[in-house]
Amino acid sequence: MTISQSPSQTIGPMYGYSLYADWMDRSVDPAAPAAQLIRGVVLDGDGEPIAYPDALVEVWHGEQFTRGRTDPFGRWHVWMRKPDTGLTLPDGTALAPYLHVTVWARGLMKQAETRLYFPDETEANGRDPILGLVEPDRRPTLIAVRQPDGSLRFDIRLQGARETVFFEF
Amino acid sequence: MSHTVTPKVDANPPYFYPEYIISRKRGPLQPLIQLPRGWFRTMPGPAFGHIPVQPADSDLTIGHDGPPQGQRIVLSGRVLDSDGRGVPDALVEIWQANASGRYVDHADPGLMPLDPNFTGAGRCISDSLGNYQFTTIRPAAYAGPKGTMFRPAHIHFSLFGRTLSERLITQCYFDGDPLIDHDPIVKAIPDQRGRQRLIAKFDADTTPLTSGGETSALAYQWDIVLRGSGATPMDR
Repeated sequence: MTISQSPSQTIGPMYGYSLYADWMDRSVDPAAPAAQLIRGVVLDGDGEPIAYPDALVEVWHGEQFTRGRTDPFGRWHVWMRKPDTGLTLPDGTALAPYLHVTVWARGLMKQAETRLYFPDETEANGRDPILGLVEPDRRPTLIAVRQPDGSLRFDIRLQGARETVFFEF
Repeated sequence: MSHTVTPKVDANPPYFYPEYIISRKRGPLQPLIQLPRGWFRTMPGPAFGHIPVQPADSDLTIGHDGPPQGQRIVLSGRVLDSDGRGVPDALVEIWQANASGRYVDHADPGLMPLDPNFTGAGRCISDSLGNYQFTTIRPAAYAGPKGTMFRPAHIHFSLFGRTLSERLITQCYFDGDPLIDHDPIVKAIPDQRGRQRLIAKFDADTTPLTSGGETSALAYQWDIVLRGSGATPMDR
């Protein structure tokens, strides 16, 4: 027998003092050579930022788990290490390095799940079986953009013209 | 690779529910990309080991100079998977308003008074059978902007289970609260049975055991079902 999941409800705006602390924005010392700053904005269907306190972004890969909270301009950031190459699915299919991204927000009834891919992995991204499920013209929403300061920009558009690709599984 | 054959069951509200006005512009409208089932049901979920959990974190009525205002409750239940088996070692985090409807969070509009003896954030790890328990107070309902209905009394719950599909954020309501039927966030759940799944039931059998003396508390019972299956590996 299968029981369905308890229904999800919005995170609301008041989670901050429970779920968020400033140290959660990093899984690595920002001064470490491998530290990668990832930053972006969370936007609604009108292109307006989903500003503090309304959005929380969780990023994880393996043992790395971070949370970024949007500021009054809808900007969020985390510091992480890029995952190793050589990742595979249980059946051995090669995967491009990625970070799993979960978005929570006031007004978002349940989490929106997406994946961040790295712009310097063109070849691996081209063979990735999950990117391969996405229409080519929407794939760019999943690939972070290298900034002149070395950070990676990953904007999340919950709705609208360039809506980020979201997954279910 | 072994695929767990699980029928797609989804009691979740849709992303877009116009009556809950803020949802109109915030939920994806494009179809979600369906990943083959089995790819991620088996992947260990986020590591949360760096979030410190102490036994006292499950009692929200202690740790201050005195007891909090409000009706004390013991809220307990089981964290279950989609096969009805207990999920051990789940991280359960809660946050709630105080007995006047005020959150400690900086984002609270601050219309209602703080209680110096209540913070309203707790956490625990489910035991080997999936049991969890919190001692707290029943939060008050609180008003939204003028012209909107009060929100029913509720406690926010965040859960991390064993796999990525066992991540859930939801809210727990209380049996008999007339506001539940008027709440657009609850009503967004498409099915009445689904709404009932979020309502904690008064536990008349246990309350005598939690009654008596200054720690007297009403007992409430609420089980939470995560989406994962016990058929998936549990190593993390």
